[in-house]
Amino acid sequence: MDLSFNVEERAFQDEVRGFIAKNLTEEMKRATALTPSVFSDPDIGMAWQRALHRQGWGAPGWPVEYGGPNWTPAQRWIFETECARAGVPNVNVMGVKMVGPVIIGFGSPEQKNLYLPRILSGEDYWCQGYSEPGSGSDLSSLKTRAVRDGDDYIINGTKIWTTHAHHANRMFALVRTSDGPRQQDGISFILIDMKTPGITTRPILTIGGDHEVNQVFFDDVRVPVANRVGEEGKGWTYGKYLLEFERGAGIASAKLREGLKAIADLACSDLTGRAIDSPDIATRISEVEVDIDALEMTELRVLSALQTGQNPGAVSSILKLRNSEIRQAVTRLGADVIGHDALAVEPMRPLYKLNHEPATPEEMLTVMPEYLNGRAYTIFGGTSEIQRDIIAKMMLGI
Amino acid sequence: MDLNLSDEQKLLRGSVERFVAESYDADHRRRIANDPLGFSPLVWKQFADLGWLALPLPEEFGGLGGGAVEIGILMEAFGRGLVSEPYVATVVLGAALIARCGTTKQKQASLPKIADGSLKLALAHSERAARFDLAKVTTSATKTSQGWRLAGSKIAVLDGHAADEIIVSAHIHDHRGPSGRIGLFLVQATTPGLVINDYPRLGGGRACNIELFDAHLPEDALLGDGSDALPAIEWAVDRAMAALGAEAVGIMQTLLDTTLEYTKIRKQFGRPLSANQVIRHRLADMAMQVDEARSMALRAALKVDAAPIERARAASGAKAKIGKCARFVGEQSIQLHGGMGVTEELEVGAYFKRLVAFDTLFGGSAHHYARHAELGRRA
Repeated sequence: MDLSFNVEERAFQDEVRGFIAKNLTEEMKRATALTPSVFSDPDIGMAWQRALHRQGWGAPGWPVEYGGPNWTPAQRWIFETECARAGVPNVNVMGVKMVGPVIIGFGSPEQKNLYLPRILSGEDYWCQGYSEPGSGSDLSSLKTRAVRDGDDYIINGTKIWTTHAHHANRMFALVRTSDGPRQQDGISFILIDMKTPGITTRPILTIGGDHEVNQVFFDDVRVPVANRVGEEGKGWTYGKYLLEFERGAGIASAKLREGLKAIADLACSDLTGRAIDSPDIATRISEVEVDIDALEMTELRVLSALQTGQNPGAVSSILKLRNSEIRQAVTRLGADVIGHDALAVEPMRPLYKLNHEPATPEEMLTVMPEYLNGRAYTIFGGTSEIQRDIIAKMMLGI
Repeated sequence: MDLNLSDEQKLLRGSVERFVAESYDADHRRRIANDPLGFSPLVWKQFADLGWLALPLPEEFGGLGGGAVEIGILMEAFGRGLVSEPYVATVVLGAALIARCGTTKQKQASLPKIADGSLKLALAHSERAARFDLAKVTTSATKTSQGWRLAGSKIAVLDGHAADEIIVSAHIHDHRGPSGRIGLFLVQATTPGLVINDYPRLGGGRACNIELFDAHLPEDALLGDGSDALPAIEWAVDRAMAALGAEAVGIMQTLLDTTLEYTKIRKQFGRPLSANQVIRHRLADMAMQVDEARSMALRAALKVDAAPIERARAASGAKAKIGKCARFVGEQSIQLHGGMGVTEELEVGAYFKRLVAFDTLFGGSAHHYARHAELGRRA
């Protein structure tokens, strides 16, 4: 057993650091630091995606024949860790990490040829049409319906919590094509061009003051049957496959550590009157740091198991659950560390393009919005309650 | 980077798990709980024969040169059976301090005997007034013409009653008065002036408080060259906390397994307890905390030879986190067993008590989060 990197791994670490130093601009860095929601602005995120693509690193998790870099789990760990340390923008996760693997696993040759290169290059920006107003945790109760009409489906219904639907040119969606004996039957996985007539988008502001999610309406939206991935009625299987990727990306601790470091730096600064001198704050920082240590070790244990071809199983639910809870603990700590500055609301967005002097120092601008928006971490991608159900069922057999 | 067990480590795990499952059942535990020694000399002999006592000792002194990961493998399995042999006192604390601080002669005298099972040790360091502060020692060792004179009191000496030699920490007073250095002294159990008051330890095994009434020791009782032993004591206690953390993981895993089985069998309102979501979620939380504890014990083991602050932060972080998880898993195991969980008729309580002892020993979660924070400022 060894926690340290070998010679090749260290060389790769240097390569990643060199790449980041060359390609990460000050603007990207600042924009990322000043983004109080999950995803970077597409301008910023896609510029980074293009840089990654030029290097051949556009989709670290993909098989090599579709443009993946063929990294070992340890290399992926190093890459994600270095990216978190440097504060690189978020790319279009819905494309690279969600729909990409589904198209690779279940798409037709035509779909692979059309969509995969455009995800890699950053030409396409994807959003995810899963949840509906009546279907949250009970996702398979979804009602958005696709009715066959010749070579097309005609789609009617609505999707909600659609992250960056207002930026995306494509959506992957779960729609009902028939009613089976179980509600999971009769769901199909469809790729939709967001410019298709009949699609409208309503912004939803989150409590931190950010426009990240939307509700999307479909009124007689005509989509070619050729845009269906895999078999009709088997969409639930593909959708679940995708959720495993969404939950089990598995390398979250590095980002949490950077988030905590930013809060600890604030706590050590005169801007907060040295909040760290309060024993309560100092101890809480240690508690969160130790929780991150534990999560990191679990991630590394999973990674080591993956290196030898073992399947980590339900541990992806543990990782999702702990990541979301610790993230909230970091943001809660932040909100306490900044003291009275927590009261100042800055409504302008994006924060990195602010054209006036904010009421609080720039280092604090995102703290309260992150705390508020961060309440969503234990809700999206399957609530913590759903994750506990999965752990009980898959790990404990009850 | 690789956290998979090697083939040798897998073999070790297999053999210790088999030993504990076959030889260390509830009857055995009951018998030794009522025994004044608190463990079985026969089992100790078997530990020696299996090479577990020699496991972490240096090879040039009859050891096998194993590390903290191997100790963790042993300790986790020991936890599953609530093993009460003085392994931590003799091997993890005692032998490690002799191997680190002792002169070649002292190592030659002790380490091979530890390996073959003929020498048992204990560390007497904690004092009542010091609480959990390892740097606070009032016991004194005064240089005399023949050797040393020790005076003071120590508490919570693990397995001191069974030790052939007790390693006692004391402030060194030489010809010029207090030196500001802490020394470690090898005190034979039969030394006049050494009084041992032993008691059954919470969760199994025994511990003792000791008094030193001007106990006279020979010159070579001082371990090593008399340089300050505090860094070595901190190092040894950090290693012991990593080892005890692994033991706690084994205990928690057994409690989780037992509780899970019980909730499947126990029926109320016409269905198994495990059919209730509130119970399933509780068990999911317990499973998650066992897993986090396992990660932290492994982390502490992998960092025992890191630079002092990094090592100490890993050990304190693990101690604090595992202690917190242990309390949760232990208390919830009792809760889910209902009234029977509070009785001596089930073993749940015995496992729980060992976890409480773990959380308390060398300082609880609050102490170690504070130490972690303090060390972070120095880093």
